[in-house]
Amino acid sequence: MNDTRWDNRAANRRARLERAATLTRGKVVAPDQVTSLLEAVIEAGDRVCLEGDNQKQADFLARCLAQVDVKRVHHLHMVQSVLALPEHLDLFERGIARRVDFSFSGPQGVRLARLVREGRIEIGAIHTFLELFGRYFIDLTPRVSLIAAMSADAAGNLYTGPNTEDTPAIVEATAFRNGIVVAQVNELVDHVPRVDIPADWVDFVVPSPQPHYIEPLFTRDPAQITEIQILMAMMVIKGIYAKYGVQRLNHGIGFDTAAIELLLPTYASSLGLKGKICNHWAMNPHPTIIPAIESGFVETIHSFGSELGMEAYTAARPDIFFTGPDGSMRSNRAFCQAAGHYACDLFIGSTLQIDLQGNSSTATLDRITGFGGAPNMGSDARGRRHVSATWLRAGREAETQSGIPRGRKLVVQIIETYHGRMQPAFVERLDAWKMMDQGELSLPPIMIYGDDVSHIVTEEGIANLLRCHNEEDRAEAIRGVAGYTPVGLGRSRAAVENLRDRGIIRRPEDLGIDKRQATRDLLAARSIKDLVRWSDGLYDPPARFRNW
Amino acid sequence: MEHLEFDFPASTDSSRQTPARRDSVLVGVVSSGNLEVLVEQASLAGGCRVIVDTSIRGYGAIWQAVLADFVKRYRPRDVQVSINDAGASPAVVSLRLDQAYEDFQGDAA
Repeated sequence: MNDTRWDNRAANRRARLERAATLTRGKVVAPDQVTSLLEAVIEAGDRVCLEGDNQKQADFLARCLAQVDVKRVHHLHMVQSVLALPEHLDLFERGIARRVDFSFSGPQGVRLARLVREGRIEIGAIHTFLELFGRYFIDLTPRVSLIAAMSADAAGNLYTGPNTEDTPAIVEATAFRNGIVVAQVNELVDHVPRVDIPADWVDFVVPSPQPHYIEPLFTRDPAQITEIQILMAMMVIKGIYAKYGVQRLNHGIGFDTAAIELLLPTYASSLGLKGKICNHWAMNPHPTIIPAIESGFVETIHSFGSELGMEAYTAARPDIFFTGPDGSMRSNRAFCQAAGHYACDLFIGSTLQIDLQGNSSTATLDRITGFGGAPNMGSDARGRRHVSATWLRAGREAETQSGIPRGRKLVVQIIETYHGRMQPAFVERLDAWKMMDQGELSLPPIMIYGDDVSHIVTEEGIANLLRCHNEEDRAEAIRGVAGYTPVGLGRSRAAVENLRDRGIIRRPEDLGIDKRQATRDLLAARSIKDLVRWSDGLYDPPARFRNW
Repeated sequence: MEHLEFDFPASTDSSRQTPARRDSVLVGVVSSGNLEVLVEQASLAGGCRVIVDTSIRGYGAIWQAVLADFVKRYRPRDVQVSINDAGASPAVVSLRLDQAYEDFQGDAA
C-alpha cells in the first residue's frame, strides 16, 4: 500500500469551515459578514457556482462576491446557468474571476462580447442547461455554491418554493463532493413550509436584506398579440396539433406561442380538439395558459421554474401543477428539461434567423447570448424508445433510409418572415457564422440544427421538412414560406407549387383557414386583466403589467 | 413619406373572379406597424389600380411583389385599392388585403 491520501477534499473543506467559524452563529451569517465569509471559504482559483437563471437570482450573494478583496479571492472559474446581472460581469472586470462556463447571457450579451474581445474573460464553453448541469457532476463540479431560497430554519433546511428551478442540481453536485453551500434566504423561520433542500447539505444561511430577484420572463400581455401571430397560431393548431394529435408538448417563451395558448379555448375548441391535443405540458406556468386550463384543455403541467404572480393560482390548481404537501408549486429545471427532451412529442419556439438548411439562430453580431434550454427541447431525442401515435406518425413521414422504423419528435419553428425594422428572418447565411469567423467561438452558435426541425411556420404557411428527402426540396420548401424576404423572392414558383401539390407546403387556404377569422376577437383573453378574470382573481400580475 | 401607384391590366383568365357585392370596404387603422386599406369599385377597363402612401421609403420592389401576388390571388376587375401605410410588414399588408378583398366580395367563404 502506498500512503496516498484519499480525503484531501474533506480535509480542505474542514479547513475552510474553520476559517469561517468566528463569523457565524450556527449556520446563520449576518448580511454584513457575508463578504468576509466568502473571503474565508473561497480560495483563489476555485470553481464557484453563482445561482441565477433566467428567473430567480442569488443577487445579494452576487453583490457580496463582487466586493471581496481581490488580493485574497481571484482567478475564480465561474460555473453558472446565466450571466444576467451586472455583478456577474463585475467579477471579471475587477479581476475576481477569470473564466466562465455558462448557458445563457441575454441581458449582458453585449458587455460579455466586449470583455471577451478585451481578453478579460475566458469562456470555457457555452452550454445548454442540461449539459451544464451534467458537467457539474463530471468535470465542472463547483467547490463553492452560492444559492437562493425563500426561507430557512435555524438548522439550515431550505424552502425554495415555486421557484426551486436549478437549486437541487447545484446543491447535489456541490454538497456531495465536499464543497461548500451558502444560501441567501428571504427570511429565517421556525419551521420551513416544506424541506426542498435538507439542512445537512447546506453550510451557511444568510438572511438577505431584500428578497431575491425574480424576473417575470414568461409573462406575455395578450394586448400585444398581433393578427399575424393569431393567423400562425391557427395554422399550428389545425395543421400540426390536430394533424398529429399532439398531446404532450413544450412551449417556449414568446408571443407566437402565447397566441396558440389563447386560441385553445376558442379556435381549437370550435374544431372539436378539446381532450385530443395539448393535454400534458413541460412549460412554466405562463399566465396565457390560464384560459386553456379553466376550459378543461390541460391535464398536467410540469415546470422549469415558476412565474411571478402565478403562485396563488398554481397552488389552487394542484390537479394540474406539481405541488408539495404544503400546497405550493415545486419546479425543477433539470427534471423539466429531461421531461421536455424525452417525454414530449413536440417543441415549438420562435427564433431570429433561419437559413436554407433550416438551421436557426438567435445570435446577432456583437452579442454573445448562449443557448438556455431550446436546443434540448428542440431536438429529436435519439435516445428515446417509448412510442406514441404522434411520434410514430412523424417518424413515418421522415422515412429514414436505414429501413428500420423509427419515431420522430416534432420540432416546430414559428416565425414572421420579417421582424423589427424590416429585418428578414430568412437568410442565405446566418449571422452566427460571423461570430465564428471573428474568432469568438469555435462553432457557429446554432440554436436548433436544421436536421432536427420538422416544420417551419410563417404567415405564408407551413413547410413540412420531414417530407423533404433532399437538399433541393428542403431549400425550396423553406423559400416557399419565406414571404417577401430576399430568400423568399428567390424561390422557383414552379417548384413551390409542386411542393404545395405534394402537401409539403400548406397555405392557410389549403388548411381550410379563413383569414378573416384571424382577428383579436379570437383570443380567449385580450388583456392581462382578462387573464386575472379567467383565474377568478388568483393571478396577481406584477405591477409593470397592470394598467388599471 | 412615399407615394406609389401600381396598375395591373385586365386579366384574360376570368375563371377565378367573383363579382363584388359591395361598393367599398375599409379595413385596418393607420397606427405604427399597421395600415388602412380601402377597396372600391372603379372604372379601370377591367384592370386594378393600387395607390400606396407609406411612411417608409425605399420598399417599392417589395410592394410590387406583394401586390402582384394579391392580384394573382383574386384577379380583381375594375377595382381601386388605396393604402395608407404606417410601416406594416409585408405579412400584415397581405393579410389586410386578403381581409379587405374577401369582405368586398361578400360573405362567400
